[in-house]
Amino acid sequence: MQIDKLSFLQKIGVYIATFFFLLFILMPFIEMIRVSLRPMSHLMTAEFSWWSEDFSLQAYRDMWNTVPLLGRYIFNSIFVASAVTVITMIVVIPAAYAYARLDFPFKSLSLGGFLAVNMFTGAVLLIPLYRVLRSLGMLNTYWAMIIPGVAFLIPTGIWLLRSYLEKIPRELEEAAFVDGASRLYTLRRVVIPLAVPGLIVVGTAVYIGAYAQQFLFAITFNNVREIQPLPAGLFEFVGYQDTTWNELMAAALTGITPVMIVFLFLQKFLVAGLTAGAVKE
Amino acid sequence: MTLAVETAAPERMQRRELSDRAFAWLLIAPALLFIAVIVVWPLIETIRLSFTDATLGGENWVGAANYTVLFGDPKFWQTVGRTFYWMVLAVSLKLVVGLIGATLLNAAIPGKALFRVLVMPPWVIPVAIGVIGWKWMYNGYFGLISGLLQEFGLVQDRVALLATKTSAFYSAIVTDVWVGTPMVTLFFLAAMQGVSKDLYEAAWVDGAGRWYRFRRITIPQIMPVIVSMALLSAIWTFNSFEIIWILTEGGPRGATTTLIIDTYKVAISAQRFGEGAARAVVIVVLLASFSLFYLWFLNRVNRRYGAK
Repeated sequence: MQIDKLSFLQKIGVYIATFFFLLFILMPFIEMIRVSLRPMSHLMTAEFSWWSEDFSLQAYRDMWNTVPLLGRYIFNSIFVASAVTVITMIVVIPAAYAYARLDFPFKSLSLGGFLAVNMFTGAVLLIPLYRVLRSLGMLNTYWAMIIPGVAFLIPTGIWLLRSYLEKIPRELEEAAFVDGASRLYTLRRVVIPLAVPGLIVVGTAVYIGAYAQQFLFAITFNNVREIQPLPAGLFEFVGYQDTTWNELMAAALTGITPVMIVFLFLQKFLVAGLTAGAVKE
Repeated sequence: MTLAVETAAPERMQRRELSDRAFAWLLIAPALLFIAVIVVWPLIETIRLSFTDATLGGENWVGAANYTVLFGDPKFWQTVGRTFYWMVLAVSLKLVVGLIGATLLNAAIPGKALFRVLVMPPWVIPVAIGVIGWKWMYNGYFGLISGLLQEFGLVQDRVALLATKTSAFYSAIVTDVWVGTPMVTLFFLAAMQGVSKDLYEAAWVDGAGRWYRFRRITIPQIMPVIVSMALLSAIWTFNSFEIIWILTEGGPRGATTTLIIDTYKVAISAQRFGEGAARAVVIVVLLASFSLFYLWFLNRVNRRYGAK
């Protein structure tokens, strides 16, 4: 369109500015890759240098010895995030449907209450949460990381999914009622199938939240190494004098690769859906 | 089928109404249960604990003693001040950088689809992993930033950015901005794309320049999103734990200790549950009043800019 057209100089300007913006965003990743490809002894030499002749994949081999549980950490991270996502969706789907379709007393008040949960993070409630989890016998188990994770993602899940369900035409459900279907049947057989795109978007958003937030609950409620998720597992190696940073970076990059690949496939879907759900028309 | 709905529905709907209420509560019951056990009950417990001297050993009721000690401690007020400074500075930077980023990504240039994907990684990976990367970059011996500063002759010697008070604080801010910017950018971008093209065209026909259109159309149109992202970012930044914990654990000499870090140190590291709980209650009260004030403000903005 004519109005959006940029002159040649303006285009150059936009590219340069975009370059610096993306440089800021991607710098840690670039640096992590650079570090992971260099031997430790060369990283510690006096002169800082961008390029060197000694790039190698050695750190990617050695990391399995330095971080022997790396495979477990990656699995744990994905497992915890997946479990959180599944449980959250099971809880959120009926609740979001209730808020999207039904009228009941205290509807907006209780929805406001759910949203108010977003104000807290686990950090404020750690002490009693620790006791609750202990009395439920969940400390030092996967549940200690899953259950709090679910609770703090429920509000956002309800909020996002509700706006999706509201867009599904009511006529379809009403037609099912007329045919004598129950509410539950309609939810299962009419609403959920129609909401699949929305469910994928909300599920991905919940997954990202669950995957990103594992650190606090893991370091506080779990001290069993074998079930530690990736961020908490790697944190153990940070800050010692003899931290082998190149292997740590190699492990971190390897650890996030599976989820990054999945995300690349889902990204278009996710961003469009997530922002459409959250931004009011 | 539509005809059937119109004739048969009203009567059936009425009969259904009563059971609908029960059904609705049944549907939200699991969610309520989760929140009750994991958020509401711990919150009540936190309030109760804040009036005790609870440790691992046991607990006694001490009345408001924890609060009296806390409020009488000048260090605590420093921490409060630092937390708000941390929040305001980080959130403002996120909004500014996010707005610039969104504007750039919204420009009609070849490659924009790729650029939009490249913004996302910090948002998608675990926060802690990105922060470990930053921790490396800040280190004084062989860190990238120290190296670059020397390269450009800005400093003579190696600088350990996390080792001195001021530089540690601002380094933590930069990392926090880095963590928060992608999401802000993407929401601003989505909002910009939702602005009606007619508005721009009308202004364009009238001869309005790019900057004028940005100021007078884009900004007012996306104002509700800016304001709600500001609130969300403020809450997250206020509550932000991992970034500071991994970079500095609140140091050096308390320079990066925010209320959350202070609470974690007292409650979890030192296991002084009562005192920690009092701090947690202060956080809740501060955040709640801040949010209420902000929601009131948001309401006014929405009315003014005509959003729903």
